[in-house]
Amino acid sequence: MSIFQELTNRDRVFEFLAPAQSPVDVRHGPILYLEDVSVSFDGFKAINNLNLTIDDGELRCIIGPNGAGKTTMMDIITGKTRPDTGSVWFGSRHNLLTKSEPDIASLGVGRKFQKPTVFEALTVFENLELAMAADKRVFPTLTAQMKPEYRDRIDEVLALIGLKELRQAFAGILSHGQKQWLEIGMLLMQKPRLLLVDEPVAGMTEQEMERTAELLTSLAGKQSVVVVEHDMGFVRSIARKVTVLHQGSVLAEGSMDQVSSHPDVIKVYLGEEA
Amino acid sequence: MSTFRLLSHLMFACFLLYSSLSHAQVEDTDAQQMLTALADSSFAQKKQVVSQIAGSGDERARGWLESFANNKLGRIESSGQFIIVLDNRGRDWTVESALTGKSLGEMSRRDIDTIRANNALRKELESILSVIDLNSPEEQIRLTAARALKGGVDDALAEQLPEWMSNEQSDSVRAALAEALAIYKVEEQGDIAAVATLSGSLNSQARAALQQAMRSDDDALVAAATGAMASIERKLKLNRAAETLYFGLSLGSVLVLAAIGLAITFGVMGVINMAHGELMMLGAYTTWGMQQLLPGQPGLALILSIPAGFLVAALAGIAIERTVIQHLKGRPLETLLATFGVSLILQQLVRTLISPLNRTVITPDWMSGSVMINEALSLTLNRLYVIGFALVVFAGLMLIMRKTRLGLEVRAVTQNRAMARSMGIKATRVDILTFALGSGVAGLAGVALSQITNVGPNLGQSYIIDSFMVVVFGGVGNLWGTLLAGMTLGTLNQLLEPWAGAVLAKILVLVFIILFIQKRPRGLFPQKGRAAEG
Amino acid sequence: MWLMRPLQERSTRIFLGVLFASLVIVSVLHVFMPQNSALYVSAYTVTLLGKYLCYALLAVAVDLVWGYLGILSLGHGAFFALGGYAMGMYLMRQIGDRGVYGDPVLPDFMVFLNWQELPWYWLGFDMAWFAFIMVLLAPGLLALVFGFLAFRSRVTGVYLSIITQALTFALMLAFFRNEMGFGGNNGLTDFKDILGFDLRTDATRLGLFIATGIALAIGYVICRGIVTSKLGRVSVACRDAEARTRFLGYRVERVQLFVFVVSAMLAGVAGALYVPQVGIINPSEFSPLFSIEVVVWVALGGRATLYGAVIGAILVNYGKTVFTGIMPDAWLFALGGLFVLVTVFLPKGIAGLLFRTKKADNTDKPPTAHEAIA
Repeated sequence: MSIFQELTNRDRVFEFLAPAQSPVDVRHGPILYLEDVSVSFDGFKAINNLNLTIDDGELRCIIGPNGAGKTTMMDIITGKTRPDTGSVWFGSRHNLLTKSEPDIASLGVGRKFQKPTVFEALTVFENLELAMAADKRVFPTLTAQMKPEYRDRIDEVLALIGLKELRQAFAGILSHGQKQWLEIGMLLMQKPRLLLVDEPVAGMTEQEMERTAELLTSLAGKQSVVVVEHDMGFVRSIARKVTVLHQGSVLAEGSMDQVSSHPDVIKVYLGEEA
Repeated sequence: MSTFRLLSHLMFACFLLYSSLSHAQVEDTDAQQMLTALADSSFAQKKQVVSQIAGSGDERARGWLESFANNKLGRIESSGQFIIVLDNRGRDWTVESALTGKSLGEMSRRDIDTIRANNALRKELESILSVIDLNSPEEQIRLTAARALKGGVDDALAEQLPEWMSNEQSDSVRAALAEALAIYKVEEQGDIAAVATLSGSLNSQARAALQQAMRSDDDALVAAATGAMASIERKLKLNRAAETLYFGLSLGSVLVLAAIGLAITFGVMGVINMAHGELMMLGAYTTWGMQQLLPGQPGLALILSIPAGFLVAALAGIAIERTVIQHLKGRPLETLLATFGVSLILQQLVRTLISPLNRTVITPDWMSGSVMINEALSLTLNRLYVIGFALVVFAGLMLIMRKTRLGLEVRAVTQNRAMARSMGIKATRVDILTFALGSGVAGLAGVALSQITNVGPNLGQSYIIDSFMVVVFGGVGNLWGTLLAGMTLGTLNQLLEPWAGAVLAKILVLVFIILFIQKRPRGLFPQKGRAAEG
Repeated sequence: MWLMRPLQERSTRIFLGVLFASLVIVSVLHVFMPQNSALYVSAYTVTLLGKYLCYALLAVAVDLVWGYLGILSLGHGAFFALGGYAMGMYLMRQIGDRGVYGDPVLPDFMVFLNWQELPWYWLGFDMAWFAFIMVLLAPGLLALVFGFLAFRSRVTGVYLSIITQALTFALMLAFFRNEMGFGGNNGLTDFKDILGFDLRTDATRLGLFIATGIALAIGYVICRGIVTSKLGRVSVACRDAEARTRFLGYRVERVQLFVFVVSAMLAGVAGALYVPQVGIINPSEFSPLFSIEVVVWVALGGRATLYGAVIGAILVNYGKTVFTGIMPDAWLFALGGLFVLVTVFLPKGIAGLLFRTKKADNTDKPPTAHEAIA
């Protein structure tokens, strides 16, 4: 059994000895690569021959009407749903279809859910502690110690997401917007190579939205960010490149202006008659 | 073979041939005389009197002889009047006059002299009765009699049989007679031609005859008999398989009945009702109570129990839903614990109020006995009724779910509770009705169970784990899945039983389900898509 | 070291203090009080208390998986019983030729069933160290195999509860069979001595009582050590949002498996200490009713507190002793009522009543963030 092997494994590489970044090969440019992906539920094609490439360090917005397959696409990338056909590569080395959710997460894919899910029975601090990049196997977790440098890192993120005052509060008492921030904070703690952010600004005030936009744009470059969002104003404020999904496949791709003048997109968003 | 027996058979057989159509009665004085002779003579003499009675051609003779064979022919001590006892249970017996057939009401058994027969006589009587029956105008009676002759044919009868066969109208009776004759021929004469007739017969006497033939010195006979035996074995195997399937389906339908109510409450409300078994118990006790209210009419009581059991269990279900379950919305594990508490209380309630011991529920006459498919396979009627009942209940539920407003609302709530509410469906009302429906079905299951198992306080417990297994195996919220799962598990259990024993079979089935759940965590027919994420 | 952390906690120190004080007081009252004194604690009472402590350890094991991992096991009685059987087999072999039939190797029931030699799985149980390892290993292995299969395919919630119940039910049926070689219906009984001490003497009984108390203390510290570690917080995370935990990179199934196996082993130890004190182990310990009863002890005491499980186990079992003494028929009513009342009216159990805990719980309406700051 794996946990016993872990106990006795002499080749175990401790976290502080391991190379800081997971070996994701991005020499060819793209960090995420979806090819001909299809999946159907009970005959309904949620994703239909989807092709999508995200370059390393890119900030990409994905929009599309309800049921366009945005969330299902994220489910496929993070290993929650297995597609019927197609291939999904992370860098040019890792085939994500053969990996489990935790494997994909430790490779460096972080995800923020549409509905904010934080651990309500844990404090804000503990939420961030669990998210922190570390050896996440069972025994290292059991014996893990809180070190000053970890504490510093958590404090740093707490400051960034504006929850410093609430560090010892249980996450369950946070407001919707605060939960959103906490989840973004948890994403940052993971230090992922690729961030998948599903509707980050739902329930946020104008000000909070601005800060989120700022944060996401500052991340781009070092990390790759994929944002799924309904709020067009928000998308316009951060987007460099936008992909429009419709009925499970890519309808249009380009800058916000290009996309919003695309006839097919107008048809989908405004209806047949327009 | 005694000469006497041969003669007597010949005598009355010939007689019967011409008297069979004329249903005459002898003079009462003669009848009285014959019966007196029967009552007063020694066992050896009685044989002769029996032949005399049989040969009299009297239409009452059969009744006399049959009662005599069953120790039900008697004489009133004081008056010397001959009587037939209709019911000899208890201290007072119900009797009727042997000569006139008039009812004489009840009479103390001390006033009656029973005319006794011994075993040798009884065997003789059996043969005689079947010969009498062979002349009955009723085909069914003739058929039963012809079957009874198998293995009981003697030389005298064997000579008569071909002629009877040629006069016989019914094919099945003729076939039965032919087989009876063939058994005689194989046994007594080693007739190879007759072996062919026995090939494929399922009668145990026929098999005995063939086995005897297989031990003979005649090689040709041995070969023929062996061949016939092999074909019989094949047929028997098929019959055994059919029997196993029948038992499996019958166990399966019990499981389906027990599980289907659970499937509804679990599927729609996500509620684990551990008291489901006790609701079944209530249904079974309702049947018992109904029979106490209507003594002497077990059949009517049983039929009335069907709506009554449904009502009692449904009301109990509503009470449980209102007092316990509604306070535990969205906490399935707590619901499980609380309903388990309810089940303990219900059990103890029955123990305290009624009795800790099992109660007897009478099976009405039209449900006891069995249907004979062939001579190796007969299906017990009560199980057949349970299978039918389970299917009817299943069809009924299917109709409710597909065709009624309630069914529509229930399906809507199952798929998306929040959405259903926002569309104006009163989810609370749907919950109550669903729970009442599921509980009522448990009551129906209890009524059915009362016919095939002991009715006691532990009745529910013994079915609850099995029914959960059925629901889990079939997939939650899918009635077809429950049906298929119940039938599969029932049959699987019966298939394993012959070589593993009852207990081990049960263990193996449990282990099978535990392993199956690893492969298909959501059962045979899982709910798919977004609804399943819940 | 994660095991040392609980010892610095105030709550653990209080718990251990109360526990050890009780052990000392009971021992002193038993040994030094004259028999006619009102304060004298009889050997019978000592054994009864020892039994309660075994149940308490079992309850702590159940609370570890239910309270902190969200896995409602309705089959922990199986692990308890397996530990008990391992101990029972050792005690059985210790009888030697003092049995009714006087066979030096075979236990009485095997002689009775005409068995010629010891089945292979009985070998080694004449050695105490081997038996004591099996006390941990037998339940641990079952939990490992079962948990591996169940958690790998993500069987959770009520499904898992039902399956654990089926597991213990299947084992009960199996152990009822004479062919299994565990004494069938009657189980294992008529024990004579343990590690050379006569089981019938008061001194041995007191020793077993104290040993149980120490085992409970160690078990409590182990559980506390797990729940206060980062792994404990991951467990809570798995309990409340399993999918989210997975996306953070934790292998939820392994966390569940580890905690489940530890819990099963603790239950096994509880069973092993239970058997020499009550003098018998039979398949009824596998009955689903027993396992589910344990859960209600935990629920009564208060979920996810560990000490609550101890309080609940002792209270309910004391109640059972009293009830079955004065009106046996009422016990099932009381127990059934307890199930309903605790779940409906006392979701946090006695611990929740006694201590207004600071912990937020999703069952309560949380105050808004602003209230919390103010």
